[in-house]
Amino acid sequence: MALLDITGLSVGFQTHDGIVRAVQNVTLSLDQGETLGIVGESGSGKSQLSFAIMGLLARNGHASGSVRFDGQEILNAPPKVINRIRAEQIAMIFQDPMTSLNPYMRVADQMAEVLVLHKGMSKREAVAESVRMLDAVRIPDAKGRVRLYPHEFSGGMRQRVMIAMALLCRPRLLIADEPTTALDVTVQAQIMQLLADLRRDFGMAMILITHDLGVVAGSCERVAVMYGGRIRETGPVQPIFADPAHPYTQGLLDAIPRVDQPDEELRAIPGQPPNMSRPPSGCAFEPRCPYRRAECAAIDPPLEDFAPDRARACLAGLDELRDRRMRVEPRPDLVAAGDGAAETDLHAADLPEGAVAGAGAAGSTLSPRKETRP
Amino acid sequence: MSDLLSVRDLRVTFSLRRQGAMPWARPTLLHAVNGVEFTLRAGETLGIVGESGCGKSTLARALIGLVPASGQAEWIDGRDLLALTPRQMMAYRQDIQMVFQDPLASLNPRMNVGQIIAEPLVTHRPDLPRAEIRARVRAMMEKVGLLPNQINRYPHEFSGGQCQRIGIARALILEPKLVICDEPVSALDVSIQAQVINLLIRLQKEMGLSLIFIAHDLSVVKHVSDRVMVLYLGKVMELASAGALYASPQHPYTQALLSAVPVPDPTIEAARTIVPLKGDLPSPLNPPSGCVFRTRCPRAEARCAAEVPALAGGDHAVACHFPGPLTEAEIARAREVA
Amino acid sequence: MVIDQKKMQSLSDRMVEAEVKGRSPWADARRRFFRNRAAMLGLTILVLVTLFALFGGALAQWSNEELDFSVMGRVAELGAPSLANGHYFGTDNLGRDLYARTVQGTQISLMVGIVGAAIAVIVGTLYGATAGYVGGRTDQIMMRAVDILMSIPYMFVLILLLVMFGRSMSMLFLGIGLISWLDMSRIVRGQTLSLKNREFVEAARATGVSSFRIIIRHIVPNLLGVVAVYATLLVPLMILTESFISFLGLGVQEPLTSWGALISEGAGTMNYGTLWQLAFPLFFFVITLFGFFFVGDGLRDALDPKER
Repeated sequence: MALLDITGLSVGFQTHDGIVRAVQNVTLSLDQGETLGIVGESGSGKSQLSFAIMGLLARNGHASGSVRFDGQEILNAPPKVINRIRAEQIAMIFQDPMTSLNPYMRVADQMAEVLVLHKGMSKREAVAESVRMLDAVRIPDAKGRVRLYPHEFSGGMRQRVMIAMALLCRPRLLIADEPTTALDVTVQAQIMQLLADLRRDFGMAMILITHDLGVVAGSCERVAVMYGGRIRETGPVQPIFADPAHPYTQGLLDAIPRVDQPDEELRAIPGQPPNMSRPPSGCAFEPRCPYRRAECAAIDPPLEDFAPDRARACLAGLDELRDRRMRVEPRPDLVAAGDGAAETDLHAADLPEGAVAGAGAAGSTLSPRKETRP
Repeated sequence: MSDLLSVRDLRVTFSLRRQGAMPWARPTLLHAVNGVEFTLRAGETLGIVGESGCGKSTLARALIGLVPASGQAEWIDGRDLLALTPRQMMAYRQDIQMVFQDPLASLNPRMNVGQIIAEPLVTHRPDLPRAEIRARVRAMMEKVGLLPNQINRYPHEFSGGQCQRIGIARALILEPKLVICDEPVSALDVSIQAQVINLLIRLQKEMGLSLIFIAHDLSVVKHVSDRVMVLYLGKVMELASAGALYASPQHPYTQALLSAVPVPDPTIEAARTIVPLKGDLPSPLNPPSGCVFRTRCPRAEARCAAEVPALAGGDHAVACHFPGPLTEAEIARAREVA
Repeated sequence: MVIDQKKMQSLSDRMVEAEVKGRSPWADARRRFFRNRAAMLGLTILVLVTLFALFGGALAQWSNEELDFSVMGRVAELGAPSLANGHYFGTDNLGRDLYARTVQGTQISLMVGIVGAAIAVIVGTLYGATAGYVGGRTDQIMMRAVDILMSIPYMFVLILLLVMFGRSMSMLFLGIGLISWLDMSRIVRGQTLSLKNREFVEAARATGVSSFRIIIRHIVPNLLGVVAVYATLLVPLMILTESFISFLGLGVQEPLTSWGALISEGAGTMNYGTLWQLAFPLFFFVITLFGFFFVGDGLRDALDPKER
């Protein structure tokens, strides 16, 4: 049985400009000890997906569908149940460590509190266990540093403290939301290495949410690519990077410059990401897609298996995709930019006021997301 | 090719006063940029990389006169930009423009696109008639890939990528010779990032610009730069052509930095050896003696603590007493320590 | 691709013809404000009260100074509100028409509030923006001066002023004006400090825009939201201050009157069964304060939607 089973999960936010559909009909499963990368740009719904799993949606958010953890339904479960699971089974780490650390408490007290509350340890045992955990995340001189306040740690060390805290109850699933985005590359490499080691030592499953394909390539077994609130492609990491089967995945891979390859012109994806308060009627990627056809504007293709363990949501033929990948020419910039803007103006007449132009998906989902952070 | 800008011994020092300290207490000095030197040729892109706290943004602000600096920055006409009075500097401000990191924050929310892009023009060419200004703004908007009919819109009506295009248009409206880009794409999504990079490269070719491109993303810097400068704690570690620097980095720090960059290819990722750096970045208030990198360097010796290494080596300049690729043994030792 | 290009081309051709009108942040705020029911209710109340102050006098059958000798001495029995004898709100203890006096009190109270707030806006904004933008020693000196002024118990000083120089409207304005801008200047300075380090101000400085233009074009327009909100909340504060002073008997001088003075008189006689003398001025006083608070809240929500 899978550790985490998500079926038909949708998340919507009630905002001034109508309902923002941040996540639509996501189905995923995660095995014991597996690492899943969720890749997407801002506004793709990747963070809201994880907040929904954790029951941490903002007050104006609503989730539907089903999330089963170890066979137990946890979506919209009573707070008592979800709190227990959140404390002992699923842990989450964030981009900014200070979101989960209390600046006015010593690290020792914060960590011990968790253990005393959930594991019924004595204070002394709890502090000893905290020191062991800080050792495990390779904080030098853990015994001495446990008496410090969070702000006395450097950025990378603070991230380690947060990870140690998340792992205190030995969770079976760790959700890492952009854990290294704010860090420098050398620190990022260390943190990713640490996460990989800990995962092996503790036998945890991990969901890694990031926009960085490089990080995913280095540390995940499976990947789900999200765009416009839906999963567009999913599969094991090797074939997705070698042979992407969705135009958006292709586009992303072509759009990033690489240190290990000689420079050629980047193939930018033209246009702008969709505004999720009024999503396109068909496939959300259609306006920016080089393979689009007439029916793409009407049909949002479902995620379908096309090879063992791989699925994609696209109408274009696989052969066509493989063929044209080499041939697609970058579009001129003028069209690229005009695209997004002009498109919105076309519809401007029948839109609610306040939904104009690039206020974009990111803009509308940003405020609920801010509140969500506990 | 002549040098557009040659910078020698540039230093930016902030004097920090502790909160609530007595007025006569001696302030602590923070050397954010500590003796940087480089030359920039006309039409060239110089990439500046380094981790947070290395002084790369301060360096940019010093060059454009936003923070006071000492040293020399000789412009192509022989004048030292840092020695100019504010009035004399005005003439040069037309030639040096800047693109900022946060696309939305760098645009005044209460001004429309036309007013924002026109501001440098209105400031430097008050003689131009309004119609002419508007025409130039529209032409520039088209050039950066914005529809000119959006001229009356406000920044919040654009997406991040489009806002950055507005910022670029503002920087280019005076047809400067040098544009300093401070992390111009790091706030953008991957797919938009590529659009903006391509745009900058295209405009550079069209207008014959020199660029100073500051970023923490080494892949992006490699893609846009002709030469690359690596900074650490306010000092230049290595300065070489992009090809040479990425193919055969000589400074141990550059090697560590490059080894840490993730590559979007699972096969390469699996085989990658990271050279870890031990410890944390030292406080810039109290930098190590000698070579600033020595506290974290896998190759440091006694000499490194005693002598400050000079930046030497001509086209591929390195500031290290013992440059050269790290050996297997050194990497293994570094991994053990960290 | 080919079709797209063509479509895009025709599209952009069409688009180029007409310039798109932008929605300024002000327009956005206005829209949000007009959607806010409480704020609209507040605004309606304020408009009605203002109309009452401006044109209410035309409906009065008595002037505010005339004594109605027919009710004098028997105010409790004959002075009650009535349409028949033209005293819509009844009379006060001396037999003066309370309606006319309420109109006049409204005029004076609103004027005190608005003038006080206006002084605060003008002096406070300029003072705070200058201190914040210039910074350094100038800022230190300017803000310490504000600290010193704030540390003086202003009510005490105000009362002293009124006692020493006699009660007059101008003295009242002076006293209220002196204290009202202090808070405003602090708020504005704080905002300016944070705006000063924003990238768009840096961008302007980097191109060589003059300090004066930066303050006028970049700093002040971005301050106005906060200033507007604070000013609407300041008006009722000023009215309250004036009322308090008048309640103590140190405010405006007879025959002029204000809400505070009327309420004071009404409160003094409420035991004699002339409740209307308290009720009418108090009613106007309370709804106006509510109106301003609703509008202030609405403005804050409209100008700063993220803070909610």
